[in-house]
Amino acid sequence: MLETSINALPSPRTVIIGAGHAGGSVAAFLRQNGFAGSITLIGEESPEPYQRPPLSKAWLKGEANEEALRLRPVQFYIENRIQLYLNTRVDAIDRSARQVRMRDGKTVNYDSLIVATGARARTAPFEGTSLPVVLELRTAADAEKLKLALKPGARAVIVGGGYVGLEVAASARALGAEVVVVEREARPLARVACPQLSSFFLRYHSQRGVTFRLGRSVISVQMLDGAASVCLDDGEQLPADLVLVGVGAVPNEELARHAGLRCDDGVLVDLSARTDDPNIYAIGDCTRRPLPLYNRKVRLESVPNALEQAKQAAASICNLPAPKSETPWFWSDQFDVKLQIAGLPMDVAETVIRGDPEEDRFAVFHVSADQRIQAVEAVNAVPEFMMGRQLIGARAEISIERLRDPNISMKEVAI
Amino acid sequence: MPQITFITADGTHRTVDARNGDSVMQTAIKNGIPGIDADCGGACACATCHVYVEDSWKNRVNKVGDMEASMLDFAQVVLPNSRLSCQLQVVEALDGLVVAIPESQH
Repeated sequence: MLETSINALPSPRTVIIGAGHAGGSVAAFLRQNGFAGSITLIGEESPEPYQRPPLSKAWLKGEANEEALRLRPVQFYIENRIQLYLNTRVDAIDRSARQVRMRDGKTVNYDSLIVATGARARTAPFEGTSLPVVLELRTAADAEKLKLALKPGARAVIVGGGYVGLEVAASARALGAEVVVVEREARPLARVACPQLSSFFLRYHSQRGVTFRLGRSVISVQMLDGAASVCLDDGEQLPADLVLVGVGAVPNEELARHAGLRCDDGVLVDLSARTDDPNIYAIGDCTRRPLPLYNRKVRLESVPNALEQAKQAAASICNLPAPKSETPWFWSDQFDVKLQIAGLPMDVAETVIRGDPEEDRFAVFHVSADQRIQAVEAVNAVPEFMMGRQLIGARAEISIERLRDPNISMKEVAI
Repeated sequence: MPQITFITADGTHRTVDARNGDSVMQTAIKNGIPGIDADCGGACACATCHVYVEDSWKNRVNKVGDMEASMLDFAQVVLPNSRLSCQLQVVEALDGLVVAIPESQH
């Protein structure tokens, strides 16, 4: 009797807009959870879902091929009955008809919709951004162009000293290119890391041949006699064979906003990754999500966040209990440096440095007034990262004195 | 083609074909094995691909590297046979390898 009534239900349909790390993963998690309905995954790019982090690192240096980038082998989508629409742009979400309309006019109906549209590179505010010599790095196609341009001896000007800029600078040096980084702020990583970390990476990169122009803005990129020249605000002209712009990302929230979903620099979601429409979820870089650990709503551009939200949405759609909440974390590889960051430096009363930056191995802890670690930035310091991440998640009270002493094990800093 | 058996946290055994040169983590991801998260995609940065290598195989897999040892030292529920599966290289001699997946990676 029960079986008959289940069979009588129409098979639920899940449609995912965006075939990046978040979209590709949620499709896989739905099947892992036993979701038996149809899954349609719609992506604007031509490749199957792939990992973006290696594009500025291992892939750029030729250490990882296209297959290694793929999130899942092509066969996976067939075996798991995940219908892929690649090279396909979605034009609109019709919430009353529960329907998604694609650019070619085709429509697809959903019972649950997942918006995983990601973020796009922020456009640089200078003249000449449409010149072919000016590149950005977001997609595999962008990375392909960048790789072709980064020949030994090529003069690369990188606009923006954030993670993308510094990772590409390190890879470009490894490939034998000349690199100048132009950063508007007085230090690299100004918006995303503490001053100690900025100083460390400034020294580390400088010692490996990267030149910096700090506190400088680009006014324009011009072609002069067939060669590109980057003009800075102090009048300096930098000759360039390629210009990479890495000045941040903006969430692709327009589709959601036009459908009337609430957005605020990111599609607003709850801890089930649900938007204000109960049939629509949003996950990954395009969202602004609650972070109970910090009592705030934040937009996190990271793979771990995309995976966490993919698990939240997959659990909710399958009526399973919500997954355990995670401490946000990030990583970056530059030259032979492994940077691992856990938590966010919010509500910080004190900063504690453990280890010696001059020895290329240290960690910066950001501690609240009630002696809880809020964030840790660890440079070649795995125990500090691993234990720090756990202490942040546990809201454990710690001893600042013990934390500061690298001779005391990280296992003994909690009170 | 070597075969690897994954025992998931609920006790389910799943045997899959692996490819020489892949890591055990990649094998799990490609086959949709639940419980191996691999947040960092194999950069040995996250310890979310933790597995327990069945004792008879412990000495036949490649040795633990410094970075991996350091990560494992601080991972959750670490046992003497704990490994990060992104650091386990699949080779023909590992045909029949059995690894168990912990209850949680976080």
